[in-house]
Amino acid sequence: MEEKLTPEESAILEELRQSIRGDDSQRSRLIPILQKVQERLGYLPPEAVKMVADHLAVPLSEVYSVATFYNQFRFHPPGKYPIKVCMGTACHVRGGEIILENFERKLEIKEGETTEDREFSIERVACVGCCALAPVALVGETVHGHMAPSKVEGLFTRIQVQKEIEEKRRKKDGSE
Amino acid sequence: MTVTLTVDGKALQAEAGSNLLEVCLENGITVPNLCHLPGLEPPPAACRLCFVELEGIDAPVTSCTVPVSDGMVVHTDTDRVRRLQRSALRFLLSVHDVDCKNCHANHHCALQDLARFLKVGLKPRGLSIILKEPEVDDDHPFIRHYPNRCVLCERCLRTCHDRHGHSPLALSGRGFDTVIRCFADTPEDAQPCQSCAACVDVCPVGALVLKTG
Repeated sequence: MEEKLTPEESAILEELRQSIRGDDSQRSRLIPILQKVQERLGYLPPEAVKMVADHLAVPLSEVYSVATFYNQFRFHPPGKYPIKVCMGTACHVRGGEIILENFERKLEIKEGETTEDREFSIERVACVGCCALAPVALVGETVHGHMAPSKVEGLFTRIQVQKEIEEKRRKKDGSE
Repeated sequence: MTVTLTVDGKALQAEAGSNLLEVCLENGITVPNLCHLPGLEPPPAACRLCFVELEGIDAPVTSCTVPVSDGMVVHTDTDRVRRLQRSALRFLLSVHDVDCKNCHANHHCALQDLARFLKVGLKPRGLSIILKEPEVDDDHPFIRHYPNRCVLCERCLRTCHDRHGHSPLALSGRGFDTVIRCFADTPEDAQPCQSCAACVDVCPVGALVLKTG
């Protein structure tokens, strides 16, 4: 699944293009520049990777080789509700893998990917520090402990309901 | 300068500083290896198969990274060496889709030869099999890649770099997820591959196949 750049992202990318032009073009600058791009865009779209490769005059394959090696770089935009599934030792033992699979199946994306509407993204993370609640998943900053397949279902229902309430409120505010 | 070294009790003459693995192979001494390519330096020492024991050094060493020196005494067939080699091969086979019947490299596959030489079964017992997805990578316009056959020896990458200075192929990811992938910018970038395909020739297994038609 390939995401298209939003107009805002295109603008940021253009801005980045101008700003890295002044940067050193030594190979050793590869990671710092990738970090800078990700800091502004939140991820590394193909257009940005190409831009970095051109600036440093290294093959595209080499930039991807480095960027895919490090977990800190992502190739899909973060969703509005980023879902992080804990894969720490305790969560692993309590079936974190199954929870991850549940989210993946429900959203029809793989870990590291984002839904087409950019609402949800799934990531696996190492220990989030509340092992007593294992298995744990985070939606945004909210911790959900003792996860179970049925709770995954429940989470989405809750988010849906919340969205509808907000929608209603917005309409009400608009009509007043 | 020519030096004399002893390998498995045989006295050999070689140029000082030349590659120990190459010296052994040239003299008809079998040392298992997958990632070695004659003439391409430095060796990646990626396959962990070419171990030998050197007198005076405690642990076995990878022969591809050792320059020969005068008076060197080498043993290629010791229990410790064979154990390391068998383990390395078993690990390689545990991430390998052992489906020789349907692989074009059947009967001329380095893994089959090594398994025979080291007396290791092609289906390693006691290890879980971890395979990658997708099974076939068709990103490259002319070359089909089978990640589950690949042994990550990097021969294809190094040959490509040696010939062209750069390559549309690169290692991607890490750990169990490491795969060779094609990152061609435009289809034109991969155009030279159609007439070159050196990577397909150097693959010790059947991981790279030229697409036909």
